[in-house]
Amino acid sequence: MPVLFPTTVDEATTALAAHPESMLLAGGTDAMVGINDGHHRPGATVISVNRIADLRSWRHDPGAGTLTVGAGVTYTELMDPSIAALVPALAEASRTVGSPQIRNAGTLGGNLGTSSPAGDGLPVLSALNAVVHLAAAGSTRDVDVNDFMVGVKRTALEPGEIITGVTVPVVDGWQGYAKVGVRNAMVIAVASTCVVVDRARHTVAVALGSVGPTILRCPEAESFLAARLDWDSLVASDADQAEFGRLVSAASQPITDHRSTADYRRHAVGVLARRLARRAGATS
Amino acid sequence: MSNEIFTLHVNGEARPVRDSWLGENLLDVLRDRLGLMGSKGACEQGECGSCSVLVDGHLVCSCLVMAASAVGQQVVTIEGVAPVGTPSDVQQAFVDAGAVQCGFCTPGLIMAVHDLLGRTPDPDDTEIREELAGNICRCTGYGRIIDAVQQVALARRADRSGS
Amino acid sequence: MSIIDRPTSTGPRHGALGTSPTRPDGVAKVQGTFEFSSDISADGCLFGATLRSPYPHARIVSIDLSAAWKIDGVQAIVTAEDVPGQLTYGLISQDQPVFASDVVRYVGEPVAALAADDPEVARRALDAIEVTYELLPALLDPELAINGQFDPIHPDGNVIRYQRIVHGDTDATGEIVVEGTYEIGMQDQAFLGLEAALAIPDPGGKGIEMHVATQWLHEDRKQIAACLGFKEEDVRLVLGGVGGAFGAREDISLQVHCSLLALRLGRPVRMAYSRAESFLGHVHRHPATIWMRHHANADGSIVKIESRMVFDGGAYASTSSAVLINAITLAQGPYRCANAVVDGWAVRTNHLPCGAMRGFGAVQACFAYESQMDKLAIACGVGPLDIRLLNAMTTGDVLITGQPVLNVAPVEECLRETDALPLPDEPVGGHARTDGSVDAMKLPGGAGRTADARDIVRGIGWGVSIKNLMYSESFDDYATARCRIESGPDGPTVFLKFATAEVGQGFVTLAPQIARSVLGIDRVELDQIDTQVGSAGSTSASRQTWMSGGAVNAACELVRSLIFEHVAAVYGCSAVDLFIDHTDVVDPTTGRRFDVAEACADVSFDETAVYRHPETSEIDENGQGNCHTAFAFVAHRAVVDVDPELGLVKVVQIATAQDVGVALNPLSVMGQIEGGIAQGLGMAVMEEIIQVDGVIRNGNFTDYLLPTFLDMPPVVATLIEQPDPLAPLGAKGVGEPPCISSTPAIVAAIRDALAQAGIDAPLNRVPVRPGDICL
Repeated sequence: MPVLFPTTVDEATTALAAHPESMLLAGGTDAMVGINDGHHRPGATVISVNRIADLRSWRHDPGAGTLTVGAGVTYTELMDPSIAALVPALAEASRTVGSPQIRNAGTLGGNLGTSSPAGDGLPVLSALNAVVHLAAAGSTRDVDVNDFMVGVKRTALEPGEIITGVTVPVVDGWQGYAKVGVRNAMVIAVASTCVVVDRARHTVAVALGSVGPTILRCPEAESFLAARLDWDSLVASDADQAEFGRLVSAASQPITDHRSTADYRRHAVGVLARRLARRAGATS
Repeated sequence: MSNEIFTLHVNGEARPVRDSWLGENLLDVLRDRLGLMGSKGACEQGECGSCSVLVDGHLVCSCLVMAASAVGQQVVTIEGVAPVGTPSDVQQAFVDAGAVQCGFCTPGLIMAVHDLLGRTPDPDDTEIREELAGNICRCTGYGRIIDAVQQVALARRADRSGS
Repeated sequence: MSIIDRPTSTGPRHGALGTSPTRPDGVAKVQGTFEFSSDISADGCLFGATLRSPYPHARIVSIDLSAAWKIDGVQAIVTAEDVPGQLTYGLISQDQPVFASDVVRYVGEPVAALAADDPEVARRALDAIEVTYELLPALLDPELAINGQFDPIHPDGNVIRYQRIVHGDTDATGEIVVEGTYEIGMQDQAFLGLEAALAIPDPGGKGIEMHVATQWLHEDRKQIAACLGFKEEDVRLVLGGVGGAFGAREDISLQVHCSLLALRLGRPVRMAYSRAESFLGHVHRHPATIWMRHHANADGSIVKIESRMVFDGGAYASTSSAVLINAITLAQGPYRCANAVVDGWAVRTNHLPCGAMRGFGAVQACFAYESQMDKLAIACGVGPLDIRLLNAMTTGDVLITGQPVLNVAPVEECLRETDALPLPDEPVGGHARTDGSVDAMKLPGGAGRTADARDIVRGIGWGVSIKNLMYSESFDDYATARCRIESGPDGPTVFLKFATAEVGQGFVTLAPQIARSVLGIDRVELDQIDTQVGSAGSTSASRQTWMSGGAVNAACELVRSLIFEHVAAVYGCSAVDLFIDHTDVVDPTTGRRFDVAEACADVSFDETAVYRHPETSEIDENGQGNCHTAFAFVAHRAVVDVDPELGLVKVVQIATAQDVGVALNPLSVMGQIEGGIAQGLGMAVMEEIIQVDGVIRNGNFTDYLLPTFLDMPPVVATLIEQPDPLAPLGAKGVGEPPCISSTPAIVAAIRDALAQAGIDAPLNRVPVRPGDICL
């Protein structure tokens, strides 16, 4: 079977250079759905990246104040207390993904590679201004996650490149993620929101999922709340929370499809944003 | 149609696979190539959990695993849980608690429950529901299944405390 | 045999009726060795696949098979011109083509089928078949079917059935009038065990054996034989393991296609549907629009009901006619009502065909009348429980068809017993932890953490319903069972044979219980379920416990008479007074007992019985007539937490008291109650097949949402056991009632929660979507 099992990033990029038409396979939770229903075929070669130990690990750099997560880390692993302590929104988002079966296989790298606007980890990465690490044979580069996700299931990945990981800051402040689905488990996000309040930099970041062709940021809402927050308690007034929510709704670009309507999605992200802002002040 | 052979390790045995094709999923290989019919397919999308198996100790949907990528990993299916005729405590509890109706979701659920109780020996009601949320049952409404899980947890706790 | 000294027993022994023995196929199912129809294959079998229409309405201009034939491994391709017998089939009218020939009438309609060496080749070959279509305007609005403004899309016309009910004084009015228009979306049965069959042709090709998962072997056989041009006895059906049904297997799907391919090739052929195909391959619950107006006295007692019901039957008739009759004849609900005018249509459109789904018309009607009852309660200043108690039907009351309800009708008891069940003791979000936080998983939104406890309001809602059991309108409804006793070295074994489709509901558990109770012999085996015995009728309409249970009971009673004659002959007593007590034959005149197993040590008895329920009649042009057989009742109380701003809900508890007659297997009854409530919950808040311009948009489990462990709450239940004198074992069917009034109870609870938050949301449509609540 033409399945290759590189054990290092170099082996993987070399293989990809040698077989440019090949399919990269991590958890398969996205790719196999398309193969099962006949929409895609894997082509001639598959490069399975699950055996690359470097991609399956994460590393906290206290000096730099960052967490680097390998592209092959699964959603179950992202719920690990050590990650939850450093990047709680990532752990929260991971808990909303599918089911235990999906979380055991699905990876952050896969989520990024697919870049669906409904990808659960993506609003968190966006709000944290994560850096996406890419490697090709003989070279590496870093891309801001908000530049990496360019459209509906389109990324800035060049031929020959694989995602090796992401680096996110460990933020002093508050962060939270919320996702709306019609039932209480196993849902594709109808709308999702991540809010990151950075006490050190006095910034607020808001990233929205499922309300645009890709993850959206809300610059107006962000600067509004950053100017209104009490930076000690992280509390904003009810009126400011409400305005924050309205600005977030205004920044969304939702569509109507079989899962939900544009009106509902626009409304929902505003409610989520307002509640997350409230939570920021409540837990401090 | 590729006739290449690859070998999977299933329930402790090396099982050669012939006549597969590159994108074929593990569920179809288990059922159609290896004759292990216990795992079931009901959705092709990893939404129902009927195809749940363990791969290297992790509970996954076998319909979302590319079979050829599972080479070198340990696969455990429902057939590997207990010998035919001597059901595990989880399996017997399902029968006793009335947690089986049509039975189509049952093998996947048995795998999920074994996995759950292996990691969380004393789950409360909410934990059970969250950990089993990846397994859909259309017949039972879940009540008798939760009862079965709680019975096993209780019995195992009693065993551990020697009573 | 010896006379034994054993006191008269109290209470049934384990394994007999009234106890909960485990199911005989349970161990096989938990170990994965139980054979579902998709697990069955034969040496040398080929794989069948079906080509389906991508359009809701189109003329077939041409079908070009040439490219498909060129693919290596393709063995046979069949279309309409290859059907040797009747070209159409159907449960009530035979209006549905085996393969479309001139016109396709719904997205998914079969156009051709082929057999190939393996499923991958079959799939590629399907893609290679070129069909040229000429698109036709699609009839998608049921009102156009009614008002005649759309050309007939079928020779039988666009109205499948129209029926009016006129009862009592049509001019009667009430001081209080409430009305509403209610919509029920298309629900799918979504059984997990996907459609599958194995067809094995007889050598010589004059007959066929088919292993298939279905609800009614003999009806399938009748339709298959007609289409193949065979005599029925040359078509032998064996029940393959069934992974749930809920009505979706009442109509045939792949049976004729698979048989045709097998006969053409003289080789076994397997067919199996994917989930996407399954959504197209079986009928669904009828979407409906129901207008209702209730007239009542000031105290809330109903004076008159008016209703207009429109059921969209989709492209082919299936059982639409019977579904409509259920809906309109039960329009009053389980309430007394002296006057009524109801008009009902089941219409044909180019939507997906609809037919049987658990509840069968009663679900749609119930959502309408229970929503009305809550409106009435508010208008009269009466509570939701009180309005229902005030109007509750009882034995002897009359339906709007004029039919008296002769069964036990404990509607008031259902309501009071449900009310007596404790409300959940946990507040919104569950008991707070020591740090004051609550578990997000207990709030609406679950892991999505969309809300905090302060954002949630809790509501309570009620629903109560009536369901007709068995078939109606003078249908010759019967079941057959065969009971034989054979001796062996370890004593006698009872063998039961029936064609009753076991779809998971547990008839295979109940049948041996009947034998044990009637015959006093514990060792009971079941013969293969197939067409080698008479028809058992359909596993639907909550009828099998009554009908097949009645047949097994009758067959066992025939055998028991033979046992008594045998004992009487050997011992010299009178057979007439003997009775069975546990495992003994007792002679009451002397008090002497004989062990049944011993008494049957050398016998061999074999009896077959047919059980029929009392006849029903048709209804006249005013909808009057005793068209139903029997009725069962249930009440539901729902507690639902609602996030009014996001429109998300979490059902916290369902309490229910159900009129079951006798709980022959309490654990099985509980399973039916919980399973049915889950389907009612799905109908209330998440399940709907979405069609846009006649095309299904969510034919997969990612987007057709079924309730998960986190959506389904605990159920607290009381079984109302008032043995029904009309039922052969005193027991009523229990499968459908749980999914009928649970839906409006949940919606009522949502309305109650919103009312507490100062929001008046009519919620006239199910499934309720978040936007319906919050926008």
